[in-house]
Amino acid sequence: MFDDFMTRATLAGIGVAFAAAPLGCFVVWRRMAYFGDATAHAAILGVALSLALEMSIFAGTMAVALVMAVTVTLLAGRDYAMDTLLGVMAHAALAFGLVAVSFLSGIRIDLMAYLFGDILAVSRSDLLVIWGGAALVVALIAWRWSALLTATLNEELAYAGGMDPKREQLVLTLCLAITVAVAIKVVGVLLIAAMLIIPAAAARNLAQTPEAMAFIAAGIGGVSATVGLRSAYLLDTPAGPSIVCVAAVIFALLSLVGWRRRSAR
Amino acid sequence: MSLLSVEGLSVSYGANPVLRNVSLAIEPGEIVTIVGPNGSGKTSLLKAIIGAARPASGRVSLKKGLKIGYVPQRLHIDQTLPITVERFLRLGENVSRADCKAALEAAGVKDLLKRQMSQLSGGQFQRVLLARALINRPDILLLDEATQGLDQLGSAAFYQQIEDVRRDTGCAVLMISHELHVVMSASDRVVCLNGHVCCEGTPAVVATAPEYRALFGTGTGGALALYRHEHDHGHDHDHPQSHEAAK
Repeated sequence: MFDDFMTRATLAGIGVAFAAAPLGCFVVWRRMAYFGDATAHAAILGVALSLALEMSIFAGTMAVALVMAVTVTLLAGRDYAMDTLLGVMAHAALAFGLVAVSFLSGIRIDLMAYLFGDILAVSRSDLLVIWGGAALVVALIAWRWSALLTATLNEELAYAGGMDPKREQLVLTLCLAITVAVAIKVVGVLLIAAMLIIPAAAARNLAQTPEAMAFIAAGIGGVSATVGLRSAYLLDTPAGPSIVCVAAVIFALLSLVGWRRRSAR
Repeated sequence: MSLLSVEGLSVSYGANPVLRNVSLAIEPGEIVTIVGPNGSGKTSLLKAIIGAARPASGRVSLKKGLKIGYVPQRLHIDQTLPITVERFLRLGENVSRADCKAALEAAGVKDLLKRQMSQLSGGQFQRVLLARALINRPDILLLDEATQGLDQLGSAAFYQQIEDVRRDTGCAVLMISHELHVVMSASDRVVCLNGHVCCEGTPAVVATAPEYRALFGTGTGGALALYRHEHDHGHDHDHPQSHEAAK
């Protein structure tokens, strides 16, 4: 069944959606949307480095995303506000990445594939990497769930309960780097943050508990990937953006439902 | 043995020292209140006790296996985070639904289990925080201005609840408060903090201490009258400037 490129693409999309769902919830709750975006943009520098050093794109992007995320976490709140720092680092990394790629003459690189994803070209080994990474992210978040949630609600509450919010922050940062690395092939660096935020934000309208929100987000992400790919195939539109469009439409519909529900009360 | 002791504690944020050489011990079952002006390091002291602020020098020792129930100053739950009262109370490990119900009852709010945290009133919210602090049957409760945002009746009722909890469970209480009049009548001991411990003792002793009066003026004596009304009144009429000092 993995012989069909559409099947592989769909499975890749669902894999990313599963990892992005619980992580995306924390990104939304902790107001880290811009942080996710910035980390993803920085990954293009990772792509350039991987190509130059002839190493795996997955490892290169993950390393750069991780360095970026940790640096921002450490520096934030000292001389600059978080969003200023992110703006500087993310766009600098994106720009340096784009410039670096241009030096790599000899190799013909389809930059568009990294900016917008190339989900239809997902190979069997890509699929393995994507599902491996996604499983790791889901497992990490499931393992730390209670502590992550407590630290998200209130840091002091976490400390008083014997947890270390800084460690939990690091867990999220690591998950974010892994997710960025596996999602590049699927939606590209420019749209990774969309896969994190849109399903989670849409799920908020239906969920009564944090766990429900994560599960619903996974469902919405999975549906978006499947329907998005199918319509891309039928309408001959770019696959990654089509997935995000479907997610955005679901978000809009569920927001209406949520709004009606709230005003009915 | 004391539940917790703080010895020679100093805490700094960057180059700013907020606490200098603070020593304090809490015995089982006592209610101790920390009072002090804004920026006097009250919150930093609690943070150092729970391990959220690192001491620059000195040490905090907790009795082995000490269970702390902490009620934060403010807890903002982001609108995007859906969470019911029950789920919030069950964040810790091994918390049953029966535990939740018992804790809510002890905190004076029943029947809230299924409500969303974001729909609670200010008073209900603080009591749910109290319930969450009580749920693991703590040896000591730490409260950081837990009645912020409550009106006078609400906060008086809240402190009454704290006394009831102490009576029923025997846990010690260490709390920060601005509401001197309510708190002082409910405390066994008051510690007046202003970067260092200015004075401490029973409410009556602290209220008359010159260090305390220097910080809060005699203006608060009017409020204190609630506590000491039978033998201390009318003294703030000829000190109008002291009202300024009290604020």
